[in-house]
Amino acid sequence: MALELENIGFGYASDGFKLSLLKLHIQAGESVALVGPSGSGKTTLLNLISGILEPEQGSISIAGQELTSLGARQRRRQRLKGMGMIFQSFELLDYLDVRDNILLQARLAPGVTVTADLEQRALSIASELGLEDKWHRPITALSQGERQRVAACRALLLDPSLVLADEPTGNLDPENKQAVLDHLIALCARDGRILLVVTHDHSLLPSFDRVIEMADLLSSEGPER
Amino acid sequence: MRDTLYLSLQYIRHHRVKLLVLTFAITLVSWLPMAIQSIVEQTAVQLLERAQKTPLVIGSPGSPLELSLGSLYFNSKTSSTLPYSEISTLEQTGYARAIPLHYRFRVQNYSVVGTSPGYFEYRALRLETGRPVAILGEAVIGAGVASTMGLSVGDHVITSPESVFDLAGVYPLKMSVVGVLAPSLSPDDDAIFVDIKTSWVIQGLGHGHQELNNHESLGQILKREGDNIVANASVRQFNEVTRENLNSFHFHGDTANNPISAIIPIPHSEKSAALLLGHYLEERDDVQIVRSRQIIADLLGTVFTVRDYIIVGIGLIAVATGFVALLVFYLSLRLRKGERYTLARIGASNLQIQVMMATEVITVLLVSALLSFCLTLITRHYGITLMQQLLLS
Repeated sequence: MALELENIGFGYASDGFKLSLLKLHIQAGESVALVGPSGSGKTTLLNLISGILEPEQGSISIAGQELTSLGARQRRRQRLKGMGMIFQSFELLDYLDVRDNILLQARLAPGVTVTADLEQRALSIASELGLEDKWHRPITALSQGERQRVAACRALLLDPSLVLADEPTGNLDPENKQAVLDHLIALCARDGRILLVVTHDHSLLPSFDRVIEMADLLSSEGPER
Repeated sequence: MRDTLYLSLQYIRHHRVKLLVLTFAITLVSWLPMAIQSIVEQTAVQLLERAQKTPLVIGSPGSPLELSLGSLYFNSKTSSTLPYSEISTLEQTGYARAIPLHYRFRVQNYSVVGTSPGYFEYRALRLETGRPVAILGEAVIGAGVASTMGLSVGDHVITSPESVFDLAGVYPLKMSVVGVLAPSLSPDDDAIFVDIKTSWVIQGLGHGHQELNNHESLGQILKREGDNIVANASVRQFNEVTRENLNSFHFHGDTANNPISAIIPIPHSEKSAALLLGHYLEERDDVQIVRSRQIIADLLGTVFTVRDYIIVGIGLIAVATGFVALLVFYLSLRLRKGERYTLARIGASNLQIQVMMATEVITVLLVSALLSFCLTLITRHYGITLMQQLLLS
């Protein structure tokens, strides 16, 4: 299982932003930090990998499955069932409790039924991230660090081969950011998942297996506007 | 879809107070016009039906509306009366039969209606249990009275004093219930019917007391003047008519002069009705004859006008509420923009997202419609009684 990108070309028609990537290869179980200045296209790259955006050219392959050959609907399904996504602002639903937020992706995924087994798995992941006593708490009653751990649980629940995280520690205090990241890296490594994290925080970089500068991925011209 | 609905319901549960207030407001503004329309129309139908069945009413000069309300619905605050002799005067015209009504007294909130047996035949009232009134002090009660007061044949009712300070000595009369009428969905359900003479006894115009022509009563007699005996206050008056004391009840003076509240004339034909009307309008100043249908129709005309104003007012409030609801839904959707974005990024389909967003609006509208429908049904059943009480009080 690996993530491979090659000769990706993408542009936003609205503002003329263009992105050209040469090659990216990440092995299963590897944790990779993607760093670079703002506007260098890190989030766009995550959106391309997750299938939210469709490249104009090039190839994106996850575990041998060519993403660019899939339609929008199939990419969405792939994202639901095969990927976990973690965002800087957690993106949790405040009207759901911890349990239902963790199960959210499972409830939306086609062909997935929320069974007692799945719920038990969710509880098990939550326990590993220290959330077992918050199971029925409303999201609004949690600290920032706890919320990000809930988001991590949601991302890991359906056993994805790829976990994409966009500034997952951006809203956390130093103590929490290291703890959350360590948990995430450990869980992904244990289960052989790829973890690709976009971050600006250079203090966290030693925790990753590999650090990639966005500039190294881009073709010589770099992103254009 | 089940999971999507589950998520939608979680949203509704979390925002229940906001949505309840919104639902309540929409229910209210959608139910009120329907309820008012329904109640007023039903009330109009019932009131007019009664008035149509009793086209003419005769009473003492005064308010035609009071006379109509009193004679049709036994609801009048005036105590103006006619002499009982008007019955024979009316019948002597040859145009109609006459039914006397005396509805001055009450048992709690129910009118005691003194009348003749002809009234029951005229209104086609049927006894559910018991028998008709046979002697003084007996009563036949309407189905509503029986139900509300929990009365049946063999029970008793006691008239209410007109005033706490009624020092004239008109004491409450205890009357035995001998019959219960079948429901007629009319004011007769809420009336207690007695013989006209019993209503005079209630008024104190007739009474019964201990025998004064025996040795035991000698000490209570102050003087004798022919057949008249004047006794002191220790003579025991009966406040209930029994088989034992029935013969002691009597009326002083000529009963032809005793009062009645109104007369229902039953013309022999339409021509007789016209002649009777002409006779009373042209030749009698001391009594009035009213066309009760016209009076009630005028009253309802006023009610309809008020109803129209109320419905227009509520309509304006409904429009305002509609706009507020739209604004709430719009703001809610805007507040949920982030949620939609999150769901889309995770991989939710457009349909799932739309269902989750729309459930809030659909639930509020559906629950409001359902509540409004139920309330309208309840109103149709119970509102009419309330409206009649409001109109007739």
